[in-house]
Amino acid sequence: MLIESLTPLLVSAIGAAIPLLFAALGELIAEKAGVLNLGLEGTMLMGALSSFLAVAEGSSLFLALLIGVAVSVLFTLLFAFVTISLQANQVATGLSLTILGVGLSAVIGKTYVGFSAAKSFAPAPIPILKDIPLLGPSLFSLDYVAYFCLFSVIAIAWFLTKSKAGLALRSVGESPSVARSLGLPVTKIRYLAVLFGGGFAGLAGVYYALAQFKVWQDGLTSGNGWIALALVVFGTWRPFKVALGALLFGSVTVLGLYFQLVDIKVSAFVLASFPYVTTILVLVYLSMDKETIRRHAPAWLGKPFFDDR
Amino acid sequence: MKLSKRVLLISASLMTLGLAQSVTAAEPVKAAFVYFGTPGDAGWTFAHDTGVKLVKKELGSQVTTTIVENVPESADAERVIRDLAAKGNQYIFTTSFGYMEQTLKVGKSFPKVEFYHNTGFKSSENVHTYNSRIYEPAYLAGMIAGRMTKSNTLGFVASFPIPEVVRNINSYTMGARSVNPKVKTKVIWISSWYDPAKERQAAETLIGQGADMLLQNTDSTATLQTAAEKGVYAFGWNSDMSALAPKAHLASVIHNWGPYYVKTLKAALDGKPSKENVWGGMKDGMDGLVSLNSNIPASVKKEVEAKQADIISGKFKVFSGPMKLQDGSMKLAAGQSFTDQEIDSIKFYVEGVEGQLPK
Amino acid sequence: MIKLQLKPRTEPNQRMQVYAPLIAIALTLLSGLLLFQLLGENPFIAYKAFFFDPISDINGISELLLKASPLCLIALGLTICYRANIWNIGAEGQMYIGGIFATGIAIHYTETLGHWTLIVMILASALGGAIWASITALCRAQLNTNEILVSLMLTYVADLTIKFLVYGPWKDPMGNNFPITISFADEALFTPLAFLGWSFWDGTRVNTSIFITLFFIPLVWIYNEKLFAGFKNLVVGIAPGAAKYVGFNEKKIIWIVLVFSGLIAGIAGATEVAGPIGQLNDKWTPGYGFTAIIVATLGRLKVSGVVLASLLMALLYLGGESVQVTMQLPKSVSQVFQGFLLLYLLACDVLINYEIVILKKIGAKYVN
Repeated sequence: MLIESLTPLLVSAIGAAIPLLFAALGELIAEKAGVLNLGLEGTMLMGALSSFLAVAEGSSLFLALLIGVAVSVLFTLLFAFVTISLQANQVATGLSLTILGVGLSAVIGKTYVGFSAAKSFAPAPIPILKDIPLLGPSLFSLDYVAYFCLFSVIAIAWFLTKSKAGLALRSVGESPSVARSLGLPVTKIRYLAVLFGGGFAGLAGVYYALAQFKVWQDGLTSGNGWIALALVVFGTWRPFKVALGALLFGSVTVLGLYFQLVDIKVSAFVLASFPYVTTILVLVYLSMDKETIRRHAPAWLGKPFFDDR
Repeated sequence: MKLSKRVLLISASLMTLGLAQSVTAAEPVKAAFVYFGTPGDAGWTFAHDTGVKLVKKELGSQVTTTIVENVPESADAERVIRDLAAKGNQYIFTTSFGYMEQTLKVGKSFPKVEFYHNTGFKSSENVHTYNSRIYEPAYLAGMIAGRMTKSNTLGFVASFPIPEVVRNINSYTMGARSVNPKVKTKVIWISSWYDPAKERQAAETLIGQGADMLLQNTDSTATLQTAAEKGVYAFGWNSDMSALAPKAHLASVIHNWGPYYVKTLKAALDGKPSKENVWGGMKDGMDGLVSLNSNIPASVKKEVEAKQADIISGKFKVFSGPMKLQDGSMKLAAGQSFTDQEIDSIKFYVEGVEGQLPK
Repeated sequence: MIKLQLKPRTEPNQRMQVYAPLIAIALTLLSGLLLFQLLGENPFIAYKAFFFDPISDINGISELLLKASPLCLIALGLTICYRANIWNIGAEGQMYIGGIFATGIAIHYTETLGHWTLIVMILASALGGAIWASITALCRAQLNTNEILVSLMLTYVADLTIKFLVYGPWKDPMGNNFPITISFADEALFTPLAFLGWSFWDGTRVNTSIFITLFFIPLVWIYNEKLFAGFKNLVVGIAPGAAKYVGFNEKKIIWIVLVFSGLIAGIAGATEVAGPIGQLNDKWTPGYGFTAIIVATLGRLKVSGVVLASLLMALLYLGGESVQVTMQLPKSVSQVFQGFLLLYLLACDVLINYEIVILKKIGAKYVN
């Protein structure tokens, strides 16, 4: 009986976790290069809207996904150019991107509010594995985009720890001047990292529009961009921990609704504050010991670097 | 000197033309509608917009309509309503419950403008209410659900625990239990009238916990579409949603605002603006159950049609005894029924609804 | 082949300090023109509706002041923080908590306090905002945590706290189960100027809270420009190494600037709930705490700039509302303008500290 009750919850929780994970993984890469991009929320919405419009105008799902990613990368290019090349403050620029993205998507998407996605990603259950109780209908019955997300976790983890490029990325984030003197193209690496982050944020948006909610509405992402930011910290910039955190944070809304049915008297709002409070606690814990923070957070996070090459 | 003479001549002729204009044609009536959402919701606002379209069709150029969409139920609404009144609109329709206080406030500042507030319960000299007894077709939908459910579990995606919503939940449940006493209704509150993402999540959760007949009091099509994806049934709400998911759609419980709008604005045109509070039901054509799925057995359809006739003729009242509360106690004995006032203040669950009603 | 490169200036270019915002405004207006064109609207009609109609009558001026006042207030507090390079992003949350504290007094103690109610509410809101900012101060000063993320997370916690209160213990029992508190009594509200006997403002909503903003303008100016404390903040912000060397207590300064700005943001919260809104509900602010960041940046962290910038931002808000009613465009057009303005400003700012150098390729090298 318990498994029957829990399975649909796990399905919903994983569904909610995937877009969070996309956005967080992307931001993780950007932050590893030392750039803090607060514009996730706006970028996700731009990706969501553009892919939604694409299928509405008849494109295939895959093309719509590419369009969503392309739009969010272009959008993030604004941020990258202003912060990396023009040396602007990353916090303020990221905020401007969020405000712009939220506003633009609402204005451009106005005639489509409430419309359902013309096409959506369907679950693709893995044979044999799909029959395992609990995990089968949830983890092994996702759509292709979600499988790609899970694969990315592994790929990014490998990239960061085992590849030369990953090492180059990390050194840029720790100390760009040292990386520079080692001959690394610091500016190029930062650009690539930030744009990658933007692309993945776009994927998150695409997932919201065409897989999880299958609709367009203002503020479709309802603040999840900020949760993704928190998630990177919560997971101490490590892909697997971030994935676990995504599942945890994703379950929060689902549990809130479920508790209504089983008459558990936890306020949905207390529950919803859980991701934010724990993130603060994690942040504090990490920062208390100078060694710990040095081991985890990129040292140059949020600071500009003037590349005079 | 020549110039000023010419100016005088031109302005004189313009004035005469203007006078002639005002004598021959009646001034078009300026009406404004404040929408909570957009017609794209295929639900609540779509229903109102359909009504406004009827006005444009039947009254044409005699009425100019201004529409403002996506007005939240906050101080923002007061600003918008005030602005519309200040811009010369004489008949303003505010189409959501949460505009009640704002409409009243603006009404005080503009005594010459007639305001019509939808689904509220406060009125004044120039603020009148209009509503439809949608709980009647909700009862009928419940009957269909009660007959066709396999899990004996109904699901309801609800917005805010106001009497309007609670009575619909009750009505749906009573209709189902009148033909199937084993039925239980599970309710999820999403604290919003319109949030397709959340509505979908609520529907998924309900379905995950066994509900196979879904109804809603929210404004989008998400519940129906989720039901279609998961292979269960749902009813359309506010507007006819049958086209969206023909297989999963059992019937739609709809409002029909058009005739009311036309009637009210026609009265305005005739110089006798309506000042009454209107609460019409199926017998007035203000709501109904439409587009029944062909899968519904003929016997069930006949049952529903008979009940509908009884409601229209007045023989059957939805909120009449025997009616039991959640705890089993008798709220209405056989032969008793609620007054309109009592229907408008329902703050309890009837027997069969699960969970606690949020205070 | 030519290449553009940035070269740091030896000192910030004074002319650019003034030109940069103007260029940014011009670029924003251009982008807006394109946007309206894209939406199929005549851009000039849209611009008139957006920029001119909202302030074409006394009611419009009142609404402008009503919106500019809290923006200006919060931004003043932010200048204090940002000059010390403390990135308080949580002004929105501090405003929320200030609003909560003020509401708490209003709905529980109005009878006891009588006509002292409003004053107590203002003090309480200041306390609330200060307390909330103290959490960030604690994390940053004592525990070395990044104040950006902490203050941001706290904003969300503050928002959820409001929701918890208005959906729960503070919900108006006669409010039809909507997430609102009871409406505040007159003693708990800021009086509209019209009711003070100033018939010039008849029918408008601008209220006495504007005096609070007017009070803080010279106060913050004196603090920032004339007091030694303000100077210390600047040094800590620009050259923390030097500050340490000279013996400025960085920890103390972090606490002071955060608490001060939190306090001010808290009061702004009170001016909203005890002003045009008259109650606490779950949707009462159009993001003033975040927009104030733009105001502070646009105003170059100077009080005079902040005052002007707050009026401009307020106009952008009103513009969106205006085109919503007259042209049926979504209100979020405001945010597009605000976002563009901030983005362009940040981009143009580069010209203050850097100059653009054109390099020509001669042989294998790029030469000036």
